[in-house]
Amino acid sequence: MLDLTGALSYASFFLVFATAYAIISLGLNLQWGYTGLFNVGVAGFVAIGAYTSALLTTPAASDRLAGLGLPVAVGMLAAMAVTGLVGLLVGALALRLRQDYLAITTFGIAVTIQLVANNATPLTGGPFGVQFIPKPMQAWLGTGLPWTLAYLVLSLSLLLLAYLAIEKLVNSPWGRVLRAIREDEDAASALGKWSFAFRLQSFVIGSMLMGLGGALYAHFVGFIAPDDFLPILTFQLWAMLIVGGSGNNRGAILGAYVVWGFWTAAGGLMRGWIPQAEQARAAALQVVLIGCLIALMLVLRPRGMLGETKVVAR
Amino acid sequence: MLQILADGLIIGSVVALGAIGLSMTLSIVRFSNFSHGELLGWGAYLAFVAATALTTTRQALAAPIAPFSFGWGLLAGLLLACGLTALLALALDTILFKRLRKAGAITLVIASFGAALALRNLLLFWQGGIPRYYSDNLQIAVAFLPRSVWGGLRVTPDQIFVLALTLLTVTGLHLFLRHSTLGRSMRATALNPGLARVTGIDPERVLRATWLIGGVLAAVAGVFAGLTVQLRPNMGVELLLPLFAAVILGGVGSIWGAVLGGLIVGLAESASVTLVGAEYRSAAAFAVLIAILMVRPKGLFGEQH
Repeated sequence: MLDLTGALSYASFFLVFATAYAIISLGLNLQWGYTGLFNVGVAGFVAIGAYTSALLTTPAASDRLAGLGLPVAVGMLAAMAVTGLVGLLVGALALRLRQDYLAITTFGIAVTIQLVANNATPLTGGPFGVQFIPKPMQAWLGTGLPWTLAYLVLSLSLLLLAYLAIEKLVNSPWGRVLRAIREDEDAASALGKWSFAFRLQSFVIGSMLMGLGGALYAHFVGFIAPDDFLPILTFQLWAMLIVGGSGNNRGAILGAYVVWGFWTAAGGLMRGWIPQAEQARAAALQVVLIGCLIALMLVLRPRGMLGETKVVAR
Repeated sequence: MLQILADGLIIGSVVALGAIGLSMTLSIVRFSNFSHGELLGWGAYLAFVAATALTTTRQALAAPIAPFSFGWGLLAGLLLACGLTALLALALDTILFKRLRKAGAITLVIASFGAALALRNLLLFWQGGIPRYYSDNLQIAVAFLPRSVWGGLRVTPDQIFVLALTLLTVTGLHLFLRHSTLGRSMRATALNPGLARVTGIDPERVLRATWLIGGVLAAVAGVFAGLTVQLRPNMGVELLLPLFAAVILGGVGSIWGAVLGGLIVGLAESASVTLVGAEYRSAAAFAVLIAILMVRPKGLFGEQH
């Protein structure tokens, strides 16, 4: 009985993380899969969401500026709003230029956010991060398995909501314009579509989903630090999207669960096999492994597990 | 005041050397190579390993040369590292980038992002995370100007060595690109690959040369970074943003643009240490990047695109 609770608890922990990643992956898919925008700063956007929600909802503390004690739902909405705003600023600056400038700019944003999180101690708590982030519904459900399961249900519902919303968007005329711009910008412009505006909208909506994923993560763990949002996070999310299949929302979600499972399993195996003293070095190999996975996937099966469904005009 | 300038020029030479290689890949292979920073890191560590191996077998090589902190061992290590890093760049192209070239520039960017993480973590696995130094000898900075004149100026002999060798390398590269046949075909391919091919230039040969030169310059830059700061497995990724900022600032494809961009980024970094504080130093490169994207996205010497 005890074992079952343990396994269930482990499984739900795993699933909550994977679900948060799936939401972020959906956002990335809107940016990259449907619009062809390459965001190398995903971790930065996730961090903005996590920090925004955390700072708005934590109880007031004497050693920090923020801590407004607002409800979690407000925190999550604000996380989406603030991340969207940052996406708007970055996009407005970089989307007018050649494609890879967006990659470089988003990379820079992620580096800068990491710096601010580490050094603006009065606001972000510095390297020690933000603690005591409220966990919703905990007043009724306690800290045990029931709460974890309830949070899983909450995350899954948010994922479903996000999925349905994005599906509706990309299948609308708006989504068709996005794909048209991605495939042939000149043709789309010739039809009178202002491609910059469409790109910017897609980038902002994608960023908002990343912010939501970050907030979801923050309220589940209850503690965030700059080290939670290192470039490796960006890379994991890219692996999820590419393995799952970019340009396909179900692929983006599937990829999140598969890659997170692969990552967790690889980590578990290494902890089991490799002596304690060597584990810091072994963790580096885990990243190498994921790096090779993404490169292999690009070379051997560029469309991913579930690729984009071809739409043929009838 | 003068000290900021001098420090900036030294950071700037490292950035400039790295940025030239990055700029060449951007204009000739035509994608933003996010793994270029790792070539700097690998170059620095390869030189470290080679120098250590050499100095333990032949003690004489370890003795520092007159005013500098390093001996002939490191110089030999630097040469070896140049060769090995160039081969590493070429191998990366053969294994990965070459196969994806048809898939488009952004696929290459993703692949390079993956390669960067793999390379960096291999380095971490191989060498561990502890910072290393080429030499345990502490160097005393020579006072060129007393404190009373514009805040004074102190420079170590190693730093002078870095500046001089950077100038030499860049001039050599400039002459190569301007006058040699291979250099001319490289410039032609950067300007117009189709036309270059029609005139009988072998594009694969040009690409190979680009990777090799980029690798050599990256190794030199990495060793300089290790010599003036320290060796860390993360040094590559930390230099990446300054490199990109320098390339865009100077204008993609322009050698002297990359050098000037590198020096400006270096100056911005050293100025930010004094003005804002050392912890926000890396944000200086980002500020430069944002400024140039807002004002003149083509860069100072940008021609094409």
